[in-house]
Amino acid sequence: MSRRDRVADAPVMAKVGLTVNGQRRELDLDIRTSLLDAAREHLHLTGSKKGCDHGQCGACTMIVDGRRINACLTLAVMHQGSEITTIEGLGQPDNLHPMQAAFVKHDGYQCGYCTPGQICSGVAVLAEIEAGIPSHVTADLNAPIEVSAAEIRERMSGNICRCGAYSNIVEAMTAVAGRQA
Amino acid sequence: MKFDTPAGQNPIDQLKVVGKPTDRIDGKYKTTGTAPYAYERHDVVPNQAYGYVLGSGISKGRVRAIHVEDAKRAPGVLAVVTTLETPRLERGTMNTAYLFGGDAIQHYHQAIAVVVAETFEQARAAAFLVEVDYAAEAGKFDLAAEAKGAPPVPSDSGEGSGGDGEERVGDFEGAFAQAPVTLDETYTTADESHAMMEPHATVAAWDGDKLTLWTSNQMIAWGHGSIAKILGIPKANVRIDSPYVGGGFGGKLFVRADAVLAALGAKAAGRPVKVALTRPLIANNTTHRPATIQRVRIGATQDGTITAIAHESTSGNLPDGDPETAVSQTKLLYAGANRLTAMKLAHLDLPEGNAMRAPGEAPGLMVLEVAMDEMAEKLGLDPVAFRIRNDTQVDPQAPERPFSHRDLVGCLRLGADTFGWAKRNPRPGQVRDGQWLVGLGMAAAFRNNMVLKSGARVRLDGSGTVTVETDMTDVGTGSYTIIAQTAAEMMGLPLDKIVVRLGDSDFPVSSGSGGQFGANSSTAGVYAACVKLREAVAQRLGINSADAVFADGAVRAGNRAVPLGEAAAQGALSAEDTIEFGDLAKKQQQSTFGAHFVEVGVDADTAEIRVRRMLAVCAAGRILNPKSARSQVIGGMTMGTGAALMEELAVDTKRGFFANHDLAGYEVPVHADIPHQEVIFLDEVDPMSSPMKAKGVGELGICGVGAAVANAVYNATGIRVRDYPLTLDKFLERMPDAA
Repeated sequence: MSRRDRVADAPVMAKVGLTVNGQRRELDLDIRTSLLDAAREHLHLTGSKKGCDHGQCGACTMIVDGRRINACLTLAVMHQGSEITTIEGLGQPDNLHPMQAAFVKHDGYQCGYCTPGQICSGVAVLAEIEAGIPSHVTADLNAPIEVSAAEIRERMSGNICRCGAYSNIVEAMTAVAGRQA
Repeated sequence: MKFDTPAGQNPIDQLKVVGKPTDRIDGKYKTTGTAPYAYERHDVVPNQAYGYVLGSGISKGRVRAIHVEDAKRAPGVLAVVTTLETPRLERGTMNTAYLFGGDAIQHYHQAIAVVVAETFEQARAAAFLVEVDYAAEAGKFDLAAEAKGAPPVPSDSGEGSGGDGEERVGDFEGAFAQAPVTLDETYTTADESHAMMEPHATVAAWDGDKLTLWTSNQMIAWGHGSIAKILGIPKANVRIDSPYVGGGFGGKLFVRADAVLAALGAKAAGRPVKVALTRPLIANNTTHRPATIQRVRIGATQDGTITAIAHESTSGNLPDGDPETAVSQTKLLYAGANRLTAMKLAHLDLPEGNAMRAPGEAPGLMVLEVAMDEMAEKLGLDPVAFRIRNDTQVDPQAPERPFSHRDLVGCLRLGADTFGWAKRNPRPGQVRDGQWLVGLGMAAAFRNNMVLKSGARVRLDGSGTVTVETDMTDVGTGSYTIIAQTAAEMMGLPLDKIVVRLGDSDFPVSSGSGGQFGANSSTAGVYAACVKLREAVAQRLGINSADAVFADGAVRAGNRAVPLGEAAAQGALSAEDTIEFGDLAKKQQQSTFGAHFVEVGVDADTAEIRVRRMLAVCAAGRILNPKSARSQVIGGMTMGTGAALMEELAVDTKRGFFANHDLAGYEVPVHADIPHQEVIFLDEVDPMSSPMKAKGVGELGICGVGAAVANAVYNATGIRVRDYPLTLDKFLERMPDAA
């Protein structure tokens, strides 16, 4: 293919309707827009972070229709009608979600860049365990799954923290799980 | 304020706020996603366009032509700036490689163009339409091949380690030849990437000839001066703002291509532009920790007294680059009358090697502390006892120079007791736990304490709130909180009456963040400014400042007590000062110490290595905030575990680049790799360091921990691998029969 053949056409636009943190949002997007960029660049919800844009780091984790996903690996137009919770929807500076408060108390972060993804993942992980969804380290598929450190570490391993707050994040999640129980 | 005599009693010693485990004051913003990082500054300037950076596809040579016609015609494209139409730009502070301009390619993924468009998707699509013609040249990419004949070169990491190319005390060769017990081994450490979670990113906006950069940078004053120099504009016309930095680890000490290309792109497009380096660009476009080849020789008497010690390191870098200062700690850590250290530098055409968390000590201790473990085994000594036997309270190269405070022995003893070291089987490969071979390892931690000039401005308003402004950065280190604690302690206020504003080049110049110098230096600067503010308050209230007591939100003198805010009722009171350090650090050696203890399990069949327990005991002066300081230490322990077990930029020695240049290929520790980590701080102060009596702790955690992991793996398996990272392929064929 010559260079001339590859000249980009005008962007293909599409309308997409999402419910983001309880609010109905209508967007007219270039269909190449990732769900992450729809949030960050179009809705100015910048709490979800772009660490790699390749699904390798987890900083963009959002909860979509009840399941956590890497928002950089999915196009916004694939989520017509989806219910999306971002970090901004979990709690606000003066009204923290228990998981956010636990991260502050246990110092489960340092630079803060992976933190929204860790927290969204953390909330979803506890729900997954509660729902009986097994992981690689679940020993007994027929018994209720315990919120053990091993389960947390396994399930959280898609969320990289280069500052190395892992030990504290496990403590924060364990504390929240104990409160829920 | 000049700090040239040891600190006496001062208001910090009250420890009402300082020294208490304190939640970060920025925590509620970071945990809710409302702390603004560079690429997210929709609030600061409207109409931002998107820049997408292209990196060179060759490692050395010239760019012949860049065809941008198609890209320029692509939908939404506003401008394309190429390196060929830009004269080679000056380099910023302490950089080796050029960031942009001209036709010469020094390394792979060097920036060669930026495409600016209305949207990110359009900029990215158009960037793929750019075609580049190169004239590639042969380069040198293989450290092992170039190491022979590499000359000794002096260097200063700028972060507390360095020295002459070769340094000698006594007669090393003679003493080594005579020593009854000797060790002579060679080890390698890998090229490593900072891999901070936030990519390098900048929003640039021009207002006439004035430029503002909202960026992610550890050292605002360096960046401020560098941008002016690189772009050839007066410093007065540049402002840099970096209130939140999503990790740096040395990778954001310097201005990088994102800042330069955002500025050039904004100029060309005639509107604000934001640029983030894509993740796959970062490893090769920016800096990295250089790989090393290190030889250690130790000679000792039968009772384990070191008589000769030599540590030589060879690393590579671009022309004008520096060697990794991997031998520095060996000058100070252990006694021994006859000594040799050397840093050798090979010319390589790989990307620029530069500072990464604890440059020098991190790879240096990964080697020295394994050599010490090997030597202890040869001597039949416990590794803890061997280190204690060779402790020194003076600089071994200049015995008239004592350490300001040194309790390495205390760290070793407390760590051994706490960890259950006595239960370790000194014979390797003996302990089984099901499928796991279990081993314990330890290592000493050592990192120098640097003090740097640091300024701050403090302002008291009528509500009794004190606002602190300094260009200090918080790179996850907890600067916001320890600065607030310092101001609160000095002014007798609760933490919620302190506002801290950081990272703006309009604020007084601070130490910045690096080399574990930031916490002690920047809070000492805030201390100095607060001393002046206390004087201003006393003067305004007509109190003798020597009699004034600042406590509980009020100023007291004799029977009189005035709420602090009243001093500013007629108008805010402001004070600014800079702490400057005299020659105390020359008279006495200021260092920080620690001991790492690690337990690993190694799968008897697959040689998979799992870290099971970790403990660090640290002696680093007064700990300003034990909560965030502990996090700094466990973060170092985590990164050091990565260096020991998995981190390696894989060099394509033919084409000359790091092949695994993203977060899937370059493996860093994840949750499942890291167990519960314990940290103990010795209760100590160091009045030689600053009025805060604190020392650096941000890099101590990474120093030595990799060797502790490696020593534990040896204790588990009986296999000594001297080439990091310790991946299972290096063990499999040598594993004991699993049956």
